[in-house]
Amino acid sequence: MTAPLHDTSAAEPAAVAAPEVPQKAIEGRSPWQIAWLRLKRDKVALAGGVIVLLLIIVAIFAPLIVKAFGHPPEELHEDLLDPLLGLPLGDWGGMSGDFLLGIEPVNGRDVFSRIVYGARISLLVAFLSAFVAVSLGTFFGIVAGYFGGWVDAAISRVMDLLLAFPQLLFIIALISVIPNKLWGFEGSGLRIAVLVLVIGFFGWPYIGRIVRGQTLSLREREYVEAARSLGAGRFYILFRELLPNLVAPITVYATLMIPTNVLTEAALSFLGVGVKPPTPSWGETLATAVRTYEDDPLFMIFPGVAIFITVLAFNLFGDGVRDALDPKGSR
Amino acid sequence: MTTHRTSKRRLAAGTAVVLAAMLTATACGGADKKDDKGAASGGGFNAGIEKVANASDKKGGELKFVGTQDADSWDPQRGYYGFMWDFSRYYTRQLISFKPAPGKDSTELVPDLATAKAEISDGGKTYKYTLKDNVTWEDGSPVTAQDIKYGIERTWAQDVISGGPVYIQQVLDPKAEYPGPYKDTAPDKLGLKAIETPDAKTIIFKLPTPNGDFEQMLAMPAASPVKQDKDTAAKYGLKPFSNGPYKIDSYEPNKSMKLSRNENFKADSDTIRKALPDTISVTFMANADDMDKRLMNGEFDVDINATGIGQAARATALKDHKGNLDNGQTGFIRYAVMPQTVAPFDNIECRKAVIYAADKKSLQTARGGPQAGGDIAPNMLPLGIKGSDAKYDPYEVLKNDGKPNLDKAKEALKACGKESGFKTTIAVRNNKPVEVATAVSLQNALKQVGIEADVDQFDGAQHSGIIGSPKVVKEKGYGIIIMGWGADFPTGQGFSQPLVDGRFILQSGNNNYSELNDPAINTLFDQAIAETDPAKAGDIYKQMNQKVSEAAVYLPFVYDKTITWRSSRLTNAYTTDAYNGRYDYASLGVVK
Repeated sequence: MTAPLHDTSAAEPAAVAAPEVPQKAIEGRSPWQIAWLRLKRDKVALAGGVIVLLLIIVAIFAPLIVKAFGHPPEELHEDLLDPLLGLPLGDWGGMSGDFLLGIEPVNGRDVFSRIVYGARISLLVAFLSAFVAVSLGTFFGIVAGYFGGWVDAAISRVMDLLLAFPQLLFIIALISVIPNKLWGFEGSGLRIAVLVLVIGFFGWPYIGRIVRGQTLSLREREYVEAARSLGAGRFYILFRELLPNLVAPITVYATLMIPTNVLTEAALSFLGVGVKPPTPSWGETLATAVRTYEDDPLFMIFPGVAIFITVLAFNLFGDGVRDALDPKGSR
Repeated sequence: MTTHRTSKRRLAAGTAVVLAAMLTATACGGADKKDDKGAASGGGFNAGIEKVANASDKKGGELKFVGTQDADSWDPQRGYYGFMWDFSRYYTRQLISFKPAPGKDSTELVPDLATAKAEISDGGKTYKYTLKDNVTWEDGSPVTAQDIKYGIERTWAQDVISGGPVYIQQVLDPKAEYPGPYKDTAPDKLGLKAIETPDAKTIIFKLPTPNGDFEQMLAMPAASPVKQDKDTAAKYGLKPFSNGPYKIDSYEPNKSMKLSRNENFKADSDTIRKALPDTISVTFMANADDMDKRLMNGEFDVDINATGIGQAARATALKDHKGNLDNGQTGFIRYAVMPQTVAPFDNIECRKAVIYAADKKSLQTARGGPQAGGDIAPNMLPLGIKGSDAKYDPYEVLKNDGKPNLDKAKEALKACGKESGFKTTIAVRNNKPVEVATAVSLQNALKQVGIEADVDQFDGAQHSGIIGSPKVVKEKGYGIIIMGWGADFPTGQGFSQPLVDGRFILQSGNNNYSELNDPAINTLFDQAIAETDPAKAGDIYKQMNQKVSEAAVYLPFVYDKTITWRSSRLTNAYTTDAYNGRYDYASLGVVK
């Protein structure tokens, strides 16, 4: 049997945290309040959180930002390129007040707009696929952990199988065989749907294993026993008694799954199996930039830095959340 | 414990900031460098276009080729890559070959193993050649008419040695009745009836129907002699037995090849090959950018593949080493084609709308601009081919300086009954970034008139089974396909027939993506092929080209050009139309 990675439930920190604040000990605090206090003290995690928030705002308001500071991301400006070389005229990759981050070689698109719009694809795919993974992982994990027996065996073997699957290769193969129209989607919309489903589908066993382990220990607790003896139904116990106590580990792993998904999306777009042109994506921009990196290195730096900041911010924030919710947990 | 962990994370965050700063600093350093050194060395920009760069007759030295792609096979009957056809002249000869002259003159045929060009009789159905007296193999034995016949027969054996061109087989034995030399029941394995060898010096070809380009086919390496007792069938490509000025000393596929002089070669029998270097080496490497750098460092002389300097090194090459560059035509056309089977392109007006709406200037920029991409093409016959007309501009592309003609595009849309536009799919090979760039350009231009195009990148390595299958094209709804095409031999038949003759539509490996099947065009091909006078055939191809343009299935982008590297020590370098804008390898030397 798998040893639970985190054998402490979210309820326990209350006991540990109590001596830390003796001067106000009279005041009662919920575990979430305590976690929030702990998170507030962690400046690095907060900085990560602020950046995450900013990125989300940028992604949501991309059209407004681009309208104010840039040009439409799909508009070509070939007149701003050296006609013989296809490289941006002017130094620094054509950076100017008009084109804040310069222009793309070969077709002259606004790099700033493409980076801003790229955040949308990146975060959309990352969040939605994390949602798919968390939903599947929680459901199957809790079912496997609670029921045990052959249900547990079956679900655990499926999780092992998926964990052993070459996810990236599978997605590349899948993208090249799916038709151009499916489930009412087409073009980039279909690609996003496929990316979300596939990344999410291959991500759920990670959450599933954590949830299963936690459930195994929680189901022996007295309050579950009590609910059972009072005649509560299975699904009542699963979703009313067990699930609320699993929210902490699930939150932590969901936050840490998002940066991985950002990287997977970028890698797939880099390999040409992400969103379709002309939809902007950081990975795709990076792949285009490889061809001109010697003459226009800035064009390569910007999407790289964007991916880097996003992943770093989510990781710092996710780490902070984990520390706040689960201070005794080992790394 | 908590504090400890926090500090570790802070350290990570700090490192990240430093790293980002370093990256940015590198970017500043590499952003601009402007110096003009080396612009004069190397013989001058375009010194090898239409003229000979660094003419010299001095022998000696080692000519160093480099490439990223090995030949499909060095077996003369199996190779189909253009550079292999050029390179193979070092170790194999044909009855006739291309004249060693720059540019368009190179397409003229001159005798090589034969004493003269063919004596054509019987209304263009009989070709007779007499061999020179002092033509020899690398072991000193004479090259005979039987050797040539045996070599040509090998192209029938596609089951044993596949991959090479089969034009001669299609012309001499259209029903493929002869099984090939490996299944030949005749004791001398020379059972093919269409070729007669009355003695060791005479060879006669009997064609069932005349074909004015037959001598072009005999100039391909597939018509090279092979000595029967040296034939190792499928392994012959590893060490072909030489009858040219050089012999192959060693060959490791995808790594290297070394050639040295063939001591038994009689130089006075050969008026084509200069054979200047003492040894020739070919090195294959994986990274094209690295190859460009090492060419510029002078470690190698020529890129054997001649695919042109890559985008990464192009700016440096043009700024710092302009004198070492030749910017020539490759004979390829880059184009988009609209299959008539995919709605709404069954309607000619909708096809015209696309042609008018396309921004040819933008497409040219996507291809790499006027130098690395090529000149904007107004029609579908490249300049090196008889019958081509660079001024024939049916869609007023040149007149409008490559800009889109939105008024005419909207008019055409209206006539098509799709005034508000329509949806379609652009199919493009995923392994050709430049083609993807043209797809994005076309997509953007079509959007201006309301045509919404989805860019579908398919596996480029599988193109013969995807866009080469009319069924798949229809299923996937590929309304616009982006491709490029070059001729196997420089005539209208060699270039256009696979693209536009309705009888060439195949269920797999199709090249006539438009599925154009116009009896008038097909008849023009028959007439031109039967014509043995190239000038008259050219006139017919001109009419054919006009009919193709009128059908509005093709949207030509550019007459393809490349920027090729010529090392400073390379002599007798000139680009040829006969070899798709490559240098005539047989003339190159390295001693000034």
